[in-house]
Amino acid sequence: MISRLNQQELPDELRVVITGIGMTAPNGNSLAEVREGLLNGRSGVRPYEIRYFGKTLAGVCEFEVNRHQSKKDARRGTRAGSIGIYCANEAILDSGIDFANFDKSTVGVYVGVTEHGNVETENEVYQIKGYDYDTSFWSHHHNPRTVANNPAGEVALNLGITGPHYTIGAACAAGNAGMIQGLQMLRLGECDLAIAGGVSESIHTFGIFAGFASQGALASHTDPTKASRPFDKARNGIVVAEGGCLYILERLSDAKRRQAKVYGEIVGYAINTDATDFVLPNAERQAQCMQLALKRAGLVAEQIDIVSTHATGTTNGDSLECDAVRRVFGQSEKTFINNAKSFIGHSMGAAGAIELAGNLPAFSDRVVHATINVDDLDPECDIPGLVRNQPREINRVDYILNNSFGMLGINSALIVKRF
Amino acid sequence: MTPEEIRQAIIEILEDIAPDEDLSNLNDAVSFREQMELDSMDFLDIVMELRKRYRVQVPEEDYVQLASMDSTVTYLVPKMGQVPA
Repeated sequence: MISRLNQQELPDELRVVITGIGMTAPNGNSLAEVREGLLNGRSGVRPYEIRYFGKTLAGVCEFEVNRHQSKKDARRGTRAGSIGIYCANEAILDSGIDFANFDKSTVGVYVGVTEHGNVETENEVYQIKGYDYDTSFWSHHHNPRTVANNPAGEVALNLGITGPHYTIGAACAAGNAGMIQGLQMLRLGECDLAIAGGVSESIHTFGIFAGFASQGALASHTDPTKASRPFDKARNGIVVAEGGCLYILERLSDAKRRQAKVYGEIVGYAINTDATDFVLPNAERQAQCMQLALKRAGLVAEQIDIVSTHATGTTNGDSLECDAVRRVFGQSEKTFINNAKSFIGHSMGAAGAIELAGNLPAFSDRVVHATINVDDLDPECDIPGLVRNQPREINRVDYILNNSFGMLGINSALIVKRF
Repeated sequence: MTPEEIRQAIIEILEDIAPDEDLSNLNDAVSFREQMELDSMDFLDIVMELRKRYRVQVPEEDYVQLASMDSTVTYLVPKMGQVPA
C-alpha cells in the first residue's frame, strides 16, 4: 500500500503537489487577502441573524458570486455550490493551467463537506409553512440541491468536467479529507488533475447554531472579533463560519512538465477514528493520527515547523487537542503551534483546507501567523511553541502539519513539505 | 387581472427565474425556448410561481400552453381574470 511507504522516496509519478489555490474566507477572498488578515490580526467574525435562532455571531464571506457563475445557476444551486464554483475557478486561474484545452474527462472534483442539505430543507419547510404545509409548494429544485454530491457536482457542471465528482462527508475533518481523496485518486491514476478541498455553507442553517447552543458550545462575546478565542481561559465555544478552499493537485511529474508554480508537496497524511464518543474528542487517538501521518512521511516530530491546530474554541475540545499535541510535539523545540479559527471562526467542512492555505506562505516568508484572542492562556493549552497574538518569524519552514478533527471521532492530519 | 397585467406578472416571474436574460425585446408570438435559455426545470418554476403568487394551478397536461407569452396569457386569462391585480 503506497500510503505506508516512505513517501519521500516515491517516484515523481506518485508524488502529489499543490499547484493552485482558490479560496473564500470571512477575512479574504484570495490567499493573499487571507494571509494578510492572518498576519495583521484581522477577524472576519461579525454580528449575524438567522431565522428562528435570532441574533448571534458568524464568519461571513463576501466573494463575488457572479464572477464565475450565472445569476440563474446561482439561484438554482446552493450556497455551497456557489462557494465551490468560485474557489475552483480561482484555483484553476491561480494554477496557470490551460484549462480550456485540458482533457476534462481526466479531472476529478473531491469536495469535503461537514453537512449538506440542511440549508435547503430548512428553507423549504419554512416556505410551505406559509402555505399551511401544503407540499405542492415544495420546490422541484429541492432534490438536486440536497443530494450529497451537490457542491462537487455544481463545480463539475460549471467547468464542464466529465471526470469523477463527489463530496467527502467527514464532519470538520472534511477539508483535509477532500485533499487526501484527491491525492489518492491521482496516485491511482483515476484522474490527472484533482480539484480538492472543502466548502461550508453552514451559517445558512439555523439548526447548526441552535444545535451548538443547546450543546453549550456556541461562542458569545460583546465584541464579535473576540468571540473565537481558542486556548484562552474565557473561551466559550464555536463561532460558525462559511467559506471554501479548493486546491489544484497534480502529480509532480505533470507539474514539472508544465513548469507549474508549486506551493508545496503533500508528503504525509492520516485519518483515524476515536470510536469512543459522538462528540467528545479523544486525545490519545488524535495523537495517534498525527504520529501515523509523521510515520508515513518518514518524519519525526522535531522536523515539523508549524502545527496548525483544529482549535475550535470549546473548553473540552481545545484541552484535549493540546493534550494530543503535547504528546507528539511536547519535546520538540523547533515546532510552532497556531490556528486560524481565532480569526475567522469555524468554517466547518472548509476549515482544514482554509487553515492549511493560510500557513503555506510561511514556506517563503518564514512567518508563523499567531492564534489571536489569547488574553489569559488556559494552563491546559500552554503547549510549547504556541505563537500567541503576534506572528513570529522563524529561521526556516520546511514542514507544516495540519490538524482537522470532527464529530463522531474523525481525526485527520496532513503534512505538506516546502518545495 | 387584465391580459396586460397577466403579461406583466409573467415577465416578473421570468425576471426571477432567468435573471441573466434581457426580456425587453421578447417576441410574444415566438416560443420562450427560442428566445431564452429555459429548460424543463425552468418551466416548472413558472408553474410553481403561478401557484405561489396567484394560487393558479396549471395541470401537467396544460404545460404545453406555456410555450410563448401569447399562448400563456391566452391560457391564463380565464384562470387569472378574477385575480385582483
